Amino acid sequence: MTEGEHTEPLHLLAPDGSLSEASSALPLPPQLLEPDLLRALFRDMTMARRVDTEATALQRTGELGLWSSCLGQEAAQVGSAHAMDERDFAFPTYRESAAAWVRGVDPVALLGLYRGTTHGGWVPDEHRFALFTIVLGAQVLHAVGYAMGQQRLDSGGAAIAYFGDGATSEGDVHEAMVFATVTNAPVVFFCQNNGWAISEPVHRQTTVPFTQRAAGYGMPTMRIDGNDVLASLAATQWALEHARGGSGPVFIEAVTYRMGAHTTSDDPTRYRPPGELEYWATQDPIDRLRLLMINREVAAEDFFVEVQAQADALGERIRAAVRGAEDPEAGLMFDHVYASDHAQVERDRQRWSAPFAEGGVMA
Amino acid sequence: MSEQVFALPDVGEGLTEAEIVRWRVQPGDEVAVNDPIVDIETAKAVVELPCPYAGVIGELLVAEGQVVAVGTPILSVTGKSLLIGYGVMSDTASLPSSTEAPARTQAPESTQAPVNVRALAKPPVRALARELGIDLASVTATGPRGDVTRADLYATREPTAASAGERVAVRGIQRTMAQAMVRSVHEVPQVSVWRDVDVTGATKLLAQLRTDPGWAGVRVTPVTLICAAMVHAVRTTPIINSRWHDLADGTAEIETHRQVDLSVAVAGPRGLVVPHIPDADRMNLHQLATAISTLTERARADLLTPAELVGGTITVTNIGVFGADGGTPMINPGQSAILATGRIMERPWAINGGLTVRPIMTLSLTFDHRVVDGAAGATFLAAVSDYLSTPPSSP
Repeated sequence: MTEGEHTEPLHLLAPDGSLSEASSALPLPPQLLEPDLLRALFRDMTMARRVDTEATALQRTGELGLWSSCLGQEAAQVGSAHAMDERDFAFPTYRESAAAWVRGVDPVALLGLYRGTTHGGWVPDEHRFALFTIVLGAQVLHAVGYAMGQQRLDSGGAAIAYFGDGATSEGDVHEAMVFATVTNAPVVFFCQNNGWAISEPVHRQTTVPFTQRAAGYGMPTMRIDGNDVLASLAATQWALEHARGGSGPVFIEAVTYRMGAHTTSDDPTRYRPPGELEYWATQDPIDRLRLLMINREVAAEDFFVEVQAQADALGERIRAAVRGAEDPEAGLMFDHVYASDHAQVERDRQRWSAPFAEGGVMA
Repeated sequence: MSEQVFALPDVGEGLTEAEIVRWRVQPGDEVAVNDPIVDIETAKAVVELPCPYAGVIGELLVAEGQVVAVGTPILSVTGKSLLIGYGVMSDTASLPSSTEAPARTQAPESTQAPVNVRALAKPPVRALARELGIDLASVTATGPRGDVTRADLYATREPTAASAGERVAVRGIQRTMAQAMVRSVHEVPQVSVWRDVDVTGATKLLAQLRTDPGWAGVRVTPVTLICAAMVHAVRTTPIINSRWHDLADGTAEIETHRQVDLSVAVAGPRGLVVPHIPDADRMNLHQLATAISTLTERARADLLTPAELVGGTITVTNIGVFGADGGTPMINPGQSAILATGRIMERPWAINGGLTVRPIMTLSLTFDHRVVDGAAGATFLAAVSDYLSTPPSSP
């Protein structure tokens, strides 16, 4: 499933809502067109976008310290996360809020990380979804390590590593791919190429498609339209099955676009060339699924109205919960340093908390 | 009915202030949560702020163009019914409504002038009016509700518009430059020395590089060689590439940098910017030339990132391009020296008792006299001069 240089990304669902001809490179399993699944994908992308816009607004009003928007990348994340089953485990960056939504992570818990009220936000095992990783590329190694573990346990589960185009330049990602291929680990490398690594355009990361590089490690690759939720789902399903079945790692490049800033601390108008944003606005992942659903009469206007109402209710719930979030006790920072009790950490905790308990002030 | 006040948030990571660029709402406008209300410009970006409350815009507490600290109240929002502002409104004065924008330019009093109405003004403005001996009723009010503002009071004491000069608010890069220069003059005891240099050698080298096929496509200018000369001279006088640190306990330390991050003053489209080339001392002349031309092109295209605009360990500024020969450049705060280079002019030049004509350039060096003494400053200047007079033949 490797493809040549500079070919168009594989897609199933075009921006006008039409389905492309099934190809051997990326077949369209008929169950992907089940009405319930299409409705679920639409709902999840819409809810994820609402989480994103609310988080941006909360940051702009001083309620969050920072936000890293996934606006425009909903299809890549929602499609791939839908491909996971109960044996799989995802390792996200800090931009996978749409994937987190699919994995059942409460957005309010997630935003705690950005408000500074938690160091994590959720229990990874409960969602098969690791904590957001800020260190660029580190989670790709975690995913491979996890996959090698599953291989040794013979659990039949696979890992999916999320990362961006910029992270591919990190040594960690190279090391992860070396280990994954030589150990034949059950891991899917899911690279969202969103065009920009903060302010560096993708041509500063590579002169060939990322899939060509990945093929050099010796794994099958697929380059897909990342704004096509069906392509994302079909490709990731195929890749996870390949990995779970003992055939080794797969690399997927989902070509998408970061419609917002790198984070709220950044000003993309300083470096984004004119016309780029306008072009990608015509490629919107949610709009094209809506068109497909209308064409196929999978949903009518009342469905879309209902989903929008649910999304707005979610926005209000998030807003109220984030604004009302209480500051955590300072001692919380000692809680998860080690998995088990640790004498040094206990001493530190006591030294830290004593002055507060006595109503005094630290010198 | 509750009034809620929106304070300017830190929309970056550790920003302290922002400029109110443009209000997107006016008092009396109805707003929903997350409606855009204002564009602000921070040191990093222009961003649009959404409204955290639903209701009716009460007051815009900060004017466009003003720079305010994070935490400053900028806007009040009330419930759907209207809140009357400070002072007493006459029956005839119109309340702000969503269809009719309240008078920002003229007070209700001045249009309708009921004789017994007290002029609108906030208590501190009233106090200031008393202090200045100004009758509030005589002032043209420009506040958002037709109230007299502090600026209105000062305006009555200023020359009339006909005789006053044009005033422009100081913003953005100019403001950054102004702050840096004030800091420099207040904090750094600085001394300037200068020296005329015969740059025949540098001129020949430039001509040679421009015809060298290995240098095709690389832009080489006198600044290229001046930068190379500075990096070379720092090796002879490392103290010039240092930073003075005042410590909390009243003592001080001097940090001599291990690398040369060479700041280059460039006239960008929005004003003077001083981006830097990191690790200039690790570059050969070819790499340095490329780095300089990339940096200046990016500066002129306004593409520099905030990270490039701060930092640097020593600065060079070419005042020759503007036709100046020499001067007393001011130190970029956080550094210990700045070199200004003047025009290259043919001048009479005496050598071994004979008179000849040579291309001459004046170098003006300003240094922090807490860090660098006169001897070190002169040694550095001599090393820059030597490089330009007789540059290495094959750099």
